[in-house]
Amino acid sequence: MSITVLNPGLLTTVQDLGRVGYQQFGVSVSGVMDPRAATLANILVGNPDGEAVLECTMMGPQLQFDQDNCIAITGGDLGPTLDGQPIATYRAIQVKAGQVLRFTAPKTGCRAFIAFAGGLDIPEVMGSRSTYMKAKIGGFQGRKLEKGDVIGFRAPQAELKNMPIRAMAPEFVPRPQYTIRVVLGPQDDYFTQEGIDTFLNEVYTVTPEFDRMGCRMEGPVIQHKDGGDIISDGIAFGAIQVPSAGKPIVMLCDRQTTGGYTKIANVISMDFRILAQLKAGDKVRFEKVSVQAAQDALLTQRQALSFLRSVMN
Amino acid sequence: MADVKFLLTGDTSLTVEFGNEISEAINTQIRAFNIALQESSIPGIVETVPTYRSLMIHYDPGVIQYKPLVKKLQALLGQLDKIVIPPSEVLEIPVLYGGETGPDLEFVAQHNGKTPEEVIKIHTSTEYLIYMLGFTPGFTYLGGMSDEIATPRLKTPRVKIPAGSVGIAGSQTGVYPIDSPGGWQLIGQTPVRMYDPDRETPILPQAGQYIKFYAIDKKEFDKIAAEEAAGTYVCKRHPREEAGK
Repeated sequence: MSITVLNPGLLTTVQDLGRVGYQQFGVSVSGVMDPRAATLANILVGNPDGEAVLECTMMGPQLQFDQDNCIAITGGDLGPTLDGQPIATYRAIQVKAGQVLRFTAPKTGCRAFIAFAGGLDIPEVMGSRSTYMKAKIGGFQGRKLEKGDVIGFRAPQAELKNMPIRAMAPEFVPRPQYTIRVVLGPQDDYFTQEGIDTFLNEVYTVTPEFDRMGCRMEGPVIQHKDGGDIISDGIAFGAIQVPSAGKPIVMLCDRQTTGGYTKIANVISMDFRILAQLKAGDKVRFEKVSVQAAQDALLTQRQALSFLRSVMN
Repeated sequence: MADVKFLLTGDTSLTVEFGNEISEAINTQIRAFNIALQESSIPGIVETVPTYRSLMIHYDPGVIQYKPLVKKLQALLGQLDKIVIPPSEVLEIPVLYGGETGPDLEFVAQHNGKTPEEVIKIHTSTEYLIYMLGFTPGFTYLGGMSDEIATPRLKTPRVKIPAGSVGIAGSQTGVYPIDSPGGWQLIGQTPVRMYDPDRETPILPQAGQYIKFYAIDKKEFDKIAAEEAAGTYVCKRHPREEAGK
């Protein structure tokens, strides 16, 4: 009734759409780095949107199936194989007991998401199955997967109806992108016009200091009017902190709930998928959009996902 | 409410900022607004995060978009002075001061030219406002500690501080809710669990409440610790008497 971890890969954790309602108590939201990809994987195997998936980073895991189930892998292409045969991403795949899922090497992107039909047998902590590594709660024993871990299935499905259409057409599979759309604020007024122009016109490079908490970028200094410190306030997913040194840090899923640095802008929800697939050395630009445009784009995407779900089930 | 600002924090949240300083008056406004918002019929609110001088509001743009939400929030702000908010609660937190659980109590006393007993007396004489929680689950940012016991952080932080440790850093005081590294001067420890992920209410303190510490001995410490382990301990609390009443 389960999978056994033969090799955990670099960083594989159980994540859902995050721990909602506890930020006021200092509890980070956690959750998948790319909510769209994880939701798609769940839709492909007939799960609800918020079902927990495995988030794999760069070097994916080796998992032995002890029971038949259907899976779907989305996000970056980390080179998945089943018993040595390459398998497609963005498509529901039937896996037999005894088969081994491996990832050879990253081809595009950085993070893949594996959904299992019927979900994983992981207890909820504060309403979520997401792993919050800093506080050692949620997911599999509050930590990343390790060799020998055994994770149960809740309601495995040896087959699913409509298998032939449980796939994304190639033109809908996202390609790597390097222009990240942002909404200015909450502290854009702490920067000079020159600072804002620098941020929106220059190229920033992803540094190796990039984990689930945040992504440091290197590039031209973004000029403040009077330093980068504020009285601490709340931090949203995708907030772009700029401390006094003038270099941006994009705040991600495991970010602290509050912080005392100026935030020049916030990445729009639609472009979290770009953030999730960045690698050290990638060069990005930031493009300003209105909050209205960002919300319209998000709602359009939600409609597309719900249409997809209705077609497949 | 002329100074209230609406700040954009992406496409699924916004921050309502009440001022640019740390003050009890601003915090009271935030608390009132948060209560009013919970009781309002504004749809689509996902969660709120009170901080020193603002309230962050996470919302679902599929239910309500930015502009109509701001209109509704402005209307709510306009009615704020009509809202009667209940008095804040004071959480009574027992602390075993000094000894192994408070290895820096002597230093804090020496640094301020006081005896350890005087430090304890000062530390237990104030109701500290919980401005906000952050940093780790259940970590409280408290205001109101007397400068008479203010002490700089350790030059070299400790690698592991046990959960429940009560410390002083500069003019701040607080409790470590989980085992963590840290540089605060440790003056004692509480057996009360500020944070327990398996409890129905995982985090004890809330922004807008107050904390009042009181000194206990080792016997009492062990008794409360045993009750916490058994899940039977109930933290003492009382409504705060507002200043001037």
